[in-house]
Amino acid sequence: MMNKTLCLNSALPTKDSNAPNFSQKVAALSQQAIHTCYQCGNCSAGCPAAFAYDLQVNQIMRAVQLNQEDLALSAKSLWLCLGCATCSLRCPNAIDVARVMETLRHLARQQNKITVPVVEKFWLSFLNCLRAFGRSYEIGTMVLYMLRSLRLTTDLDLAPQALAKAKLGLLPHTHAGRAAVGRIFTRFAESEAQSKRDKEASSCN
Amino acid sequence: MQLAYFPGCSAKGSSLDYELSTQAVMAALGITLKEIADWNCCGSTPAHAVSSLLSSALCARNLDLAARAGADLLATPCPSCLSNLKATSKRLEDASFRQKVNALLDAPCAETLPKTTSVMQAMAELVSLDELAQKAKLSLKGLKLVAYYGCLMSRPAELMQFEDPENPMLMERMLTALGAEMLDFPLKTACCGAAFGIPQRPLTAKNSGRILELAANLGADAIVTCCPLCQMNLDLRQAQAEKAMGRRFALPAPYYTQILGLALGLSPEDLGLAKLVVPMDGLLAKLTPKQAPLASEAPSSEVSE
Ligand code: SF4
Ligand code: SF4
Repeated sequence: MMNKTLCLNSALPTKDSNAPNFSQKVAALSQQAIHTCYQCGNCSAGCPAAFAYDLQVNQIMRAVQLNQEDLALSAKSLWLCLGCATCSLRCPNAIDVARVMETLRHLARQQNKITVPVVEKFWLSFLNCLRAFGRSYEIGTMVLYMLRSLRLTTDLDLAPQALAKAKLGLLPHTHAGRAAVGRIFTRFAESEAQSKRDKEASSCN
Repeated sequence: MQLAYFPGCSAKGSSLDYELSTQAVMAALGITLKEIADWNCCGSTPAHAVSSLLSSALCARNLDLAARAGADLLATPCPSCLSNLKATSKRLEDASFRQKVNALLDAPCAETLPKTTSVMQAMAELVSLDELAQKAKLSLKGLKLVAYYGCLMSRPAELMQFEDPENPMLMERMLTALGAEMLDFPLKTACCGAAFGIPQRPLTAKNSGRILELAANLGADAIVTCCPLCQMNLDLRQAQAEKAMGRRFALPAPYYTQILGLALGLSPEDLGLAKLVVPMDGLLAKLTPKQAPLASEAPSSEVSE
């Protein structure tokens, strides 16, 4: 109900007039009382990634309140957020702002709005290694990432020290759970595909 | 004493020295770590950045393995693993979420899962500061240190249940008990830039640089760490941070277990000190044998309070 009031208050024209429930959707998914944000700016003041953000985290909160779905989900900031939860700790309204950011990241991904692709590529490289080996494998992740992002000199400056100190495991550590982890990923991919199909079916109706 | 143990992947790779020193210190304190057989990666940041469900399924498998091994408490040295394990336990309280997670696993996970904690908190629970001081062979007197906790050890506060989320003091209490001088460190829970050193270097170089700079300005001999990722950013990536800040730091960033281990008289090899990129030689030279309690001046410090 509160959200309705906010929608009425919104003087800004919303590009996403067909998505009036965006704010409620984010509130439900993140389980956070988005409407209680009163724009004090504490979250942005303490955010260690603020200098790299295109939209500050309090502005993202406002965009969500105002149902500016496209603005919120296209923010590069979603992909630069370090997940440190300083914002959550300092919000006077006890909003877990980091969780809101994570929810928005999930939604942006579902809509293919990946505005900082290198970050997503890094994650996917990590997950692919994990899927294959069951445990993370640093060099494997790096190589996959370099190939995906075509940043072939990533961290090359660190290589001599990292190798000299044997800081990176050269071989993946294998263990029996490897196959079980592979099956978790397979089932996850199936469930994602299914929910996509369900969504498409319902939007056709 | 026995403690179920989840080492996490970095223990087997980039933070082998954390693993070695954790094992050595716990053994010296009389605590046996029982590694969960066949554990898998917690999914780290990438899994939960992509999907809470995926992250939780990966963690639930580990919690289930621990439960089946009879553990009611599971400890991990890595704050990031701990945060994922704890978030999973929390989410599994929701029956419909649990159902979705179970659908991804080979078999539904055990109804009752172990509680989770950091090795640091488990250590503090099991060994009092007095006992720790008694077991020490060397004194940290004359060392000026800052303790750096990073983000995940204490945040989100409700989930992590770790001290005052903006001013934790656990490492300070332990290291003070061993004689070190702990400097106030306002950036002790600031973010080091996490895993962005690879895809977005400035985010990490600037944040780690700020932390190292303050520690250096305070005159610390070392910045003591407890997270594999933070440690890597402050140590292996220190040169990148120096570039971002335009100055040299040459500040060692050992794990707290390495410092505790030194005080307990463990050897540099047992503690993996050779793995540190910024060497600790200066600090090692400052260690002195602990004053025997019978020495002439010993009682004064005990009685004075
Ligand atoms: S969690 Fe993200 S948005 Fe919040 S303070 Fe940290 S980097 Fe900024
Ligand atoms: S700290 Fe909380 S109330 Fe303040 S702007 Fe951020 S989200 Fe809104």
